[in-house]
Amino acid sequence: MELLLFAIGAALVNNVILSQFLGLCPFLGVSKSVKTATGMGGAVIFVMTIASCVTSGIYYGILVKLHLEYLNTIVFILVIAALVQLVEMFLKKKVKPLYEALGVYLPLITTNCAVLGIALNNVQAEYSILKSTINGFGSALGFAIAITILAGIREKIEYSDIPEAFKGTPIVLLTSGLMAIAFFGFAGMM
Amino acid sequence: MGKCTERLYNGIVKENPTFVQMLGMCPTLAVTSSAINGAGMGLTTTCILVLSNVAISLLRKVIPDKVRIPAYIVIIASFVTVIQFLLQAFIPSLNDSLGIYIPLIVVNCIILGRAESYASKNKVMPSLFDGLGMGLGFTIGLTVIGAFRELIGKGCVFNYQILGDGNLLSSNSNGALKAIGDVLAYYKPITIFVLAPGAFFVLAFLIAFLNKRNAKKAAKAAAEGKDTSEFCRPEGCAGCANVLCAGKKAAEAQAETKPVEQKTVAKPVEKKPEINTEVKPEVKPAENKPEAREAGKDGEA
Repeated sequence: MELLLFAIGAALVNNVILSQFLGLCPFLGVSKSVKTATGMGGAVIFVMTIASCVTSGIYYGILVKLHLEYLNTIVFILVIAALVQLVEMFLKKKVKPLYEALGVYLPLITTNCAVLGIALNNVQAEYSILKSTINGFGSALGFAIAITILAGIREKIEYSDIPEAFKGTPIVLLTSGLMAIAFFGFAGMM
Repeated sequence: MGKCTERLYNGIVKENPTFVQMLGMCPTLAVTSSAINGAGMGLTTTCILVLSNVAISLLRKVIPDKVRIPAYIVIIASFVTVIQFLLQAFIPSLNDSLGIYIPLIVVNCIILGRAESYASKNKVMPSLFDGLGMGLGFTIGLTVIGAFRELIGKGCVFNYQILGDGNLLSSNSNGALKAIGDVLAYYKPITIFVLAPGAFFVLAFLIAFLNKRNAKKAAKAAAEGKDTSEFCRPEGCAGCANVLCAGKKAAEAQAETKPVEQKTVAKPVEKKPEINTEVKPEVKPAENKPEAREAGKDGEA
């Protein structure tokens, strides 16, 4: 029960995008249609859960034992980059349908700062491996929720009469700002 | 040294990473809740950018082309770790307020972007000044945005109270200045601007303003028959906020309406390939379809 609340907190209250500003690039770039947004969201959930689990495992299993905690930034970025490649190859070989669904979004995730951010957050907050995995999953779920909602709104905005200067990125940012205010409401839940 | 000063000017004004290229939007939004945070983040990034540019420029003939990106990332990550330790030791307050965003400088696209597009092709001194210029440009951008948010959200800039209750003018001076201060004291800070949503709002208005200016410039250039491609910079990391470039769109719209009045057939034929080549580099594979369709529509119309 406590872990469930923890996951909900990570997804909604401390939303990666709307309150921590991690992973903003794909949030603005891949939110043009609901279909691509859910694809990206799914890929992020998949990678971030695995990456949180693996990075915290490496941190406690190797870095702490060898007293090399200070190398965490370097190790994590390399591990995540390699992991994304590995996951992509594995899916391509073994789980064809999932690969076809996530396909193009997987390589994009390497440059997603949310994955590295959550991995570092887990370590800084000294979460156990299980808790890190749940935090990764919850945060990624928050990302997926936010990007899907934004994509839904953007599809509607397409047909609205927006001032010329606000077309494109500015209106998307204004929408995200309003969403961020709405997400403040979840703070009352915890 | 002419080349070096040119690099500084290029980074701070001509290709300012925040206002012109719109790179590194994550830290721009996250740490600009106050001017001092913005400046701190900017200067930290500047240090890392200068160090990594120098190191990569020195190693540019050693690093094999195929593994250059991982090599750059390792170099950048090492410098980030070093700087993080220095901050922890000497400026712990800044380290606490920036927190997780310091290690995340590793994935800041400005740094990798400069390494890839400049330092890997140029000598050490120009690379150093290129890093310095870009870093200072980023610092100025973050400080200005931070000061703006702090002013609206808290009524102060660099922790000096300017607007609202107990501002400097009303408490420290007398006569006419005090009267002005008393008027300013009526300002009620809009707290939302220092919180997360405020970052989105400020950036939205900033980009809208730049769009407006670029559209004007592009329209002017189009009217004079100049090349308008310089008003759009499609380079930069995939998916940063510069995916959409209103300046280019305005120029296209202008070019579409003008020639139709003057020359009837010649222009649209020329335009087609231009659209195709321009759209491609900035569109990610995922979005290829809708964009391509749009471009096709434009060409037909």
